[in-house]
Amino acid sequence: MTDATTGAPAVPKARSCPFLPPDGIAGIRETAPVSRATFTSGQEAWLVTGYEQVRALLRDPSFSVQVPHALHTQDGVVTQKPGRGSLLWQDEPEHTVDRRMLAKEFTVRRMQALRPNIQRIVDEHLDAIEAQGGPVDLVKTFANPVPSMVISDLFGVPVERREEFQEIAEAMMRVDQDVAATEAAGMRLGGLLYQLVQERRANPGDDLISALITTDDPEGVIDDMFLMNAAGTLLIAAHDTTACMIGLGAALLLDRPDQLALLREDPSLIGNAVEELLRYLTIGQFGGERVATEDAEIGGVRIAKGEQVVAHVLAADFDPAFVEDPERFDITRRPAPHLAFGFGPHQCIGQQLARIELQIVFETLFRRFPTLRLAKPVEELRFRTDMVFYGVHELPVTW
Amino acid sequence: MDARETGSAPRITVDRDRCIGAGQCVLAAPEVFTQDDDGLVDLLPGHEDAAGDAHVRDVPMACPVQAVTISDG
Repeated sequence: MTDATTGAPAVPKARSCPFLPPDGIAGIRETAPVSRATFTSGQEAWLVTGYEQVRALLRDPSFSVQVPHALHTQDGVVTQKPGRGSLLWQDEPEHTVDRRMLAKEFTVRRMQALRPNIQRIVDEHLDAIEAQGGPVDLVKTFANPVPSMVISDLFGVPVERREEFQEIAEAMMRVDQDVAATEAAGMRLGGLLYQLVQERRANPGDDLISALITTDDPEGVIDDMFLMNAAGTLLIAAHDTTACMIGLGAALLLDRPDQLALLREDPSLIGNAVEELLRYLTIGQFGGERVATEDAEIGGVRIAKGEQVVAHVLAADFDPAFVEDPERFDITRRPAPHLAFGFGPHQCIGQQLARIELQIVFETLFRRFPTLRLAKPVEELRFRTDMVFYGVHELPVTW
Repeated sequence: MDARETGSAPRITVDRDRCIGAGQCVLAAPEVFTQDDDGLVDLLPGHEDAAGDAHVRDVPMACPVQAVTISDG
């Protein structure tokens, strides 16, 4: 398929196997790991699909995250341009100053300390599922609420408002709607966050927003807007991504009984298994976007100032130059630096939390329900082809 | 061991000005790397010459901002 006006081929999106990257993306990577493509919005840009080339792009200071077009939406219009504390729409050196304010709350040690609370949340949800009896939709009863509870606890979101946060998070991640709907969800989120910040200022607790309010802030950057932007980014990102990985990861493991048996026989494989799930599923299915702020070069290809570039992390994680026999799902692989969390200064700040959540979730789920199985064949599942993060819309299971 | 031998042994160097606190080093080699109270990389005392360790060798590649390097002397 080619675009009538430019001739650049459309970026592949259709998947004949729901657990593998889109058909044709491997061919593009082999022929030209940096190539021109036409995106959902109808606009043309650079598409980077090779592992080394994606890494080179994401660490190159000649590229900005403040892109002119939202290539993966229908109308291509950029709606969200949050400021300080958001991390998403910030370049260096300001981005690293703000990221460091937040990073100290997300260290490996601090995230490890959350294990007992995460285990409790997982256990409570599995207790309820057991009491209810199968079949159940694992997305609705488990994959969505668990990360939502974990991050809401971390941020001190009151129990009665958690459902609303989850609803907004989902609305903001759709790409099959018009600009007005995304903006409306953003407005609702802003209102909720403003309330949350004011409450924490009045009554500080042991949550992350209270910690930021009282943190050492020599440059005086942490104001209400900073707190709302930071909380917005972290809450939305933590809800949707981990939920997608839980639903899709459970589906994949249930579809590959040999791999699941290995994990059951040797639970110490859980760390490796989660890294392989992250690599294999790399749910940021459309990749990260950048724009050249000066003339640059990626993989020997000249990118002119002002041109937009897409780092296709999913294609990169299936590059045979990175990993041997990439289409083989193998939880015994030695972990390698996959790009599921991105690369460069914008690499996911919540990745250590995500890892721990996923390790606890999969270890506990398959231990508590040793006979767990899909209640619907994989071919009949609805996959999130229309969302920023790939996953399953529902996952009926029984035991 | 004379000075020349010491100088040629592989050494781990961390650049705290580049560090963004992603924690990849701690994840790969927790016996060598740590994060301070600000989340930034630190070498645990006495491990500057642990560069031969396989997990430590993974770190320069895993660090998203090239804050960890291993010099081969």
